[in-house]
Amino acid sequence: MSKWYQKSGPDGDVVISTRIRLARNLREYPFPNRMSSEQRAEVEEKVKDAVLNANQAFSSMFRCIELSSLNKEERVALVERHLASPDFISEPNHRELILSNDEEISIMVNEEDHLRIQVMKEGMQLSEVFNMADRIDTLLNERLNFAFDDELGYLTQCPTNLGTGLRASLMMHLPGLQESGVLARINANLNKLGFVLRGMYGEGSQAAGAIYQLSNQVTLGLSEKDALENLTGMARQIIRQEREARKQLREDISVQDKVARALGILGSARMLSSSEFMELISSVRLGVAEQMCKDLSLDTVNALMIEAQPASVSSAAGHSLTPQERDIRRADLVRQVLASQTK
Amino acid sequence: MLCQSCHKNTATTHIKSIVNGELTEYALCSECAKKLGYNHFFGSFADDFVGGLGSLLGGFFGGEAANESVTRCRKCGASFEEISRSGKVGCAECYRTFRNQLLPSIQRIHGTANHRGKRPGSLAMQVVKKQEIVPTPAAEPKPKTPLEEKKEALQKAIQEQNFEQAAVLRDEIREMEGKQ
Ligand SMILES: [Zn+2]
Ligand SMILES: [Zn+2]
Repeated sequence: MSKWYQKSGPDGDVVISTRIRLARNLREYPFPNRMSSEQRAEVEEKVKDAVLNANQAFSSMFRCIELSSLNKEERVALVERHLASPDFISEPNHRELILSNDEEISIMVNEEDHLRIQVMKEGMQLSEVFNMADRIDTLLNERLNFAFDDELGYLTQCPTNLGTGLRASLMMHLPGLQESGVLARINANLNKLGFVLRGMYGEGSQAAGAIYQLSNQVTLGLSEKDALENLTGMARQIIRQEREARKQLREDISVQDKVARALGILGSARMLSSSEFMELISSVRLGVAEQMCKDLSLDTVNALMIEAQPASVSSAAGHSLTPQERDIRRADLVRQVLASQTK
Repeated sequence: MLCQSCHKNTATTHIKSIVNGELTEYALCSECAKKLGYNHFFGSFADDFVGGLGSLLGGFFGGEAANESVTRCRKCGASFEEISRSGKVGCAECYRTFRNQLLPSIQRIHGTANHRGKRPGSLAMQVVKKQEIVPTPAAEPKPKTPLEEKKEALQKAIQEQNFEQAAVLRDEIREMEGKQ
């Protein structure tokens, strides 16, 4: 079954994927920072029970993963696939990931809130992804008593998530805007409006691979519909500006040269560090999106961007690797994929 | 420790992050944390209640440990000081117990403390606003305040994707709200 990250979707030249996250808590238990380990175990059981007994068609989609049953590489690989947060895997005890087979739906149990319901899809699909999360929430609410207050909405451990508990994010590839140096100004404006644009990999101003995440920050006082419409408006503007910036890059011989060289190195290197890989694949992704490399598809590039991440390479190997072994395996993987796609 | 984003200010927030396959902590100053969308509640929250003279005095006199009459949540035992220090609320009941202390920060962060979204038992897209359930009998439409007009203009600017103008409006609204 192909996973969301192996495909490209609507507005896929710029938007890699859409993610919706809903924060929910069980009324009868304290929030995770004040729970005993017995209470953690009880919440785990209750949530699992709710998912696995909700209804047959729904329940059969899921498997439950006890975080403590995974090794370190496997846990980090979950973060690389955006199925879990770094916070979630940092403390594996009494934490459970409930995952759908296509990996579009993941429910983190006992993260910052009792439940973090997450849905992801390729490309820009905010309303589709939200509707799915909304239905899951409603279904689970039939069996779980979610903490809710008339004025404050869904109650969360951190008051930044009060209200809808909704965080909507778009993962975007912005090589054009990064190149033109306007992202800091765009982010300053977005901040004032309750949105944030930040690098997906690393926290510096220059995000690795020019991959950024745009998300809403305000969850109280806005309906889900308005929050999503506002985010869509912001995203549309960024997409338009990015496409505008790319028009110039496309005509620039030095950019064409960079793309072609990146493809050459990826197709023949014997060792690739993670940072070199990210830089090169970003150039190639730009080339593919702008029809400079006709043999490759965005699906292939999107999949590689996940599968060549460090822990994903290690966990695919099945045993731990030295950094050099990992760079060799990464280069092998990239070469094989490119050779199978290009003639 | 210096902020790992701007390399200028002292880091106050630590964000867990994956760097090259390893779980690491990333140190940020409060300004950068806010810019990057992390913990922006906690930052201003701490300023409101823990920072300044209050916490200084609290420190000198041994804080709430010395104070027997400190209010604690009946359900989880959290005190307000613990909540403001950690930025984490203890349980659903805390929101009732410490409501008045929490509201100013909630309002500042979200601009309001009035939930407008989904309610348990319904789908979010079917949410009906309270005022639509009870039709007000032919009341004269209240004249809009300048603040309401600005807020409407902001919504419009956002929907028209004019976010440069929207940013200006947002600043003006913040200022007007500050004066109220
Ligand atoms: Zn900083
Ligand atoms: Zn409490």
